[in-house]
Amino acid sequence: MIDFLKNSAHRAWLVLMVATGITWYLGEVGAAGTGAIVAMLAIAFVKGRLVILDFMELREAPLMWRVLLEGWLILVSSLILLAYWISLK
Amino acid sequence: MPAMTSVALTSPEAHTKRLPGDLAIWFFILAELLAFAVFFSAYAFARAKNVEMFNLYQQTLDRNLGALNTVLLITGSWFVVLAVQAAHRGDQKAISRNILLGWLCGGGFLTVKIIEYAAKFGAGISMSTNTFYMFYISLTFFHFMHVILGMVILTILWFQARKGVYGSHDANGLESGAAYWHMVDLLWIVLFPLVYVMR
Repeated sequence: MIDFLKNSAHRAWLVLMVATGITWYLGEVGAAGTGAIVAMLAIAFVKGRLVILDFMELREAPLMWRVLLEGWLILVSSLILLAYWISLK
Repeated sequence: MPAMTSVALTSPEAHTKRLPGDLAIWFFILAELLAFAVFFSAYAFARAKNVEMFNLYQQTLDRNLGALNTVLLITGSWFVVLAVQAAHRGDQKAISRNILLGWLCGGGFLTVKIIEYAAKFGAGISMSTNTFYMFYISLTFFHFMHVILGMVILTILWFQARKGVYGSHDANGLESGAAYWHMVDLLWIVLFPLVYVMR
């Protein structure tokens, strides 16, 4: 298990699986409203970032490409958050 | 996180910064991501105007199948990362084996999605049923097409890997295809909570 976790891709996969389970669970218990929306977006953000950094291997890439891809994730999350915030008003 | 940034900048690996694969694939990925950013925002803002309807019909989606598909795509992505790692250490057999495993995960995703569509279309649901289903079908189907393209790319990579094209000497083509496959995964990671769960 310790050896398994030495590989950043294995660590990312494990976190992604747990995070997917949490999102599924939030759906099962019918979580809704501001707290649920923020939690699910935060989980999606963390998952997306892991895919960008550890699967796409942009952690060691030139800064511009990290900024472009992580920037996309921030942009998408912010727009979704804004739309949901409008819907809650 | 200033502490982490300074560590990264002063680490000995700082001078080895490189972009995996071809530069062109990254521009292509960026264009695809921006197209999906428009679709995701369009969904979210259309929902803001019609919250009750979106919340009502979202309940009819099969969250279990959506979550299962998330597991399949993430695992498929992980296998392809392992294929790239195998190439870097020159383990030929592990390259093609992991590409095949990634491909099978993609096939699993498509199978699950077809089961899901069959249930929806069987119930008489179509693009014209209402705005929610219009978004649900068009967003997931557009993504579905990307999974198919990703699997076509993996097929090519598998044949190339079997010919011994990739290894510690050169993994550029493999890395380019892998980056596209991870993009398909990244898009689903946003699409699943947005369309299936968030309310």
